Amino acid sequence: MTFHRPITPEVVLRDLSRSFKGKTVLDRVSLEIPRGQFVALLGESGSGKTTLLRALAGLDDDAETAGHFQVAGSTSVLFQDSRLLPWMSVIGNVTLGLRRPDARAAALEMLGAVGLGDKTDVWPSTLSGGQKQRASLARSLLRAPDVLLADEPFGALDALTRLRMQALLLRLVERQRPTVILVTHDVEEALLLADRILVLKDGRIAEDHPVRMPQPRRVDHPEFAGLRQTLLSSLGVETEAV
Amino acid sequence: MTDATSEGNFYVAGRAGERSPAPPRSGASAVRLTPERLPAGLRLLGPVLVVLAWEAASRLGLLSPATLTAPSTALATGYQMFSDGSLLPHLLASAGRAYSGLFLGVLAGVVLALLSGLTRTGEALIDGLVQIKRAVPTLALIPLVIIWLGIGEAMKVFLIFTAVLVPVYINTHAALRGIDIGHIELARTLGLSRGEFIRHVALPGALPGFFVSLRLAVALCWTALVVLELINTQTGIGYLMNRARDWGQTDIIVVGIIIYAVLGLVSDAVVRAVEAKVLSYRRSLGS
Repeated sequence: MTFHRPITPEVVLRDLSRSFKGKTVLDRVSLEIPRGQFVALLGESGSGKTTLLRALAGLDDDAETAGHFQVAGSTSVLFQDSRLLPWMSVIGNVTLGLRRPDARAAALEMLGAVGLGDKTDVWPSTLSGGQKQRASLARSLLRAPDVLLADEPFGALDALTRLRMQALLLRLVERQRPTVILVTHDVEEALLLADRILVLKDGRIAEDHPVRMPQPRRVDHPEFAGLRQTLLSSLGVETEAV
Repeated sequence: MTDATSEGNFYVAGRAGERSPAPPRSGASAVRLTPERLPAGLRLLGPVLVVLAWEAASRLGLLSPATLTAPSTALATGYQMFSDGSLLPHLLASAGRAYSGLFLGVLAGVVLALLSGLTRTGEALIDGLVQIKRAVPTLALIPLVIIWLGIGEAMKVFLIFTAVLVPVYINTHAALRGIDIGHIELARTLGLSRGEFIRHVALPGALPGFFVSLRLAVALCWTALVVLELINTQTGIGYLMNRARDWGQTDIIVVGIIIYAVLGLVSDAVVRAVEAKVLSYRRSLGS
């Protein structure tokens, strides 16, 4: 790869633990993520991946927390349910809380980039699931976050829409180069998008795999199949050789 | 959204054009779970039948005018009172009382709900008081309010005000407290200020609850009025009806009842029209 990536850690966790009503969900997690890295968090339900993401987003601060974490820079969250306010037009949603004089023009440009150029003034309830997530993605990226926190953003979409959204996310991330932390349960999604894949198990980071395949990635790349096999078995899914 | 709707054995009472017809099934296995949507005018079938039966009973002499006047007589009386100008002053007097009480009650209910729904101090100070007021029937306050405010207009408007305030407060407050937790999290991650949160998230989110309360309130203000117009007044629909009772004029009593019904229906329709306009974003949610 030719582009230059500084290695200042942008996200740092030191022995971060979180528990809810005495039940430990994150157990002394330590992690450094350099600026601009695209990290996928894989894990079974209850492994703590969403809790980790929500901690970085500044949510759940009523939980019992030990250790510390630091995010150098701004964050933006991409939720699984797009969380568009139904009483605001698409562009109203996208610019909500945005404090810059050119908010509207920038929003129009961003909505064009996600393919919603003709949907700026409609109610969110008229959008399809994929379009809602496009609007949600536009809202997040319009803030030009240093760290994009994505919580299974494509988990509720159909398979074809998901593929399109993955390509769109990759394209926009290439443009803005934020650090990305993507929580997903989809091994192939992680392999297609991430520079690094972390596997969480019982609230701890069990595995840490670099992914060195060049973009755009293809599922028939030899490294793809091998890593997929490794990840699936570490997630407890036994498969025959592909 | 659900696949069940297209499976054919589950009908959604929605817009007729969107419903896909049930695929033919073998045997009698297609079970209709909800009734089909009623054509627009058919809702009036019950009322029309009752009025026809009533009219027929009067004409056949089964119903004496001293007990209950015929609907046609009541309509004629109403028309005559309207044309000779004897009805309008009473109608205006009643409307003045009902709508001043309504206006003050809605205003106070909303302000109290906002204070209580958006601040802890407000909730600590206000909520308990309104809950206690809620448990006390408005009419039980009449003797006390008469001692305070006399038997004039102020007493009547005040009692309508207190009757309206409670449902407006309860529903608006509940709607404010019931804001979607997902929207609160979104507001936090977007870095909204408290003012922006209230303006863009809390208030629009509470509007549907407020409109529910407004529909209750417009019905309630007229209900309270009937009783209040029994007390020391020479004007108002309630006064007309009471005087008619003393003189055995059942036609005027029926006119009064019809006026209350029409005012109630019209008020409700107005609120619903405003609601449909303000909450137009919901129109497409019905799918």
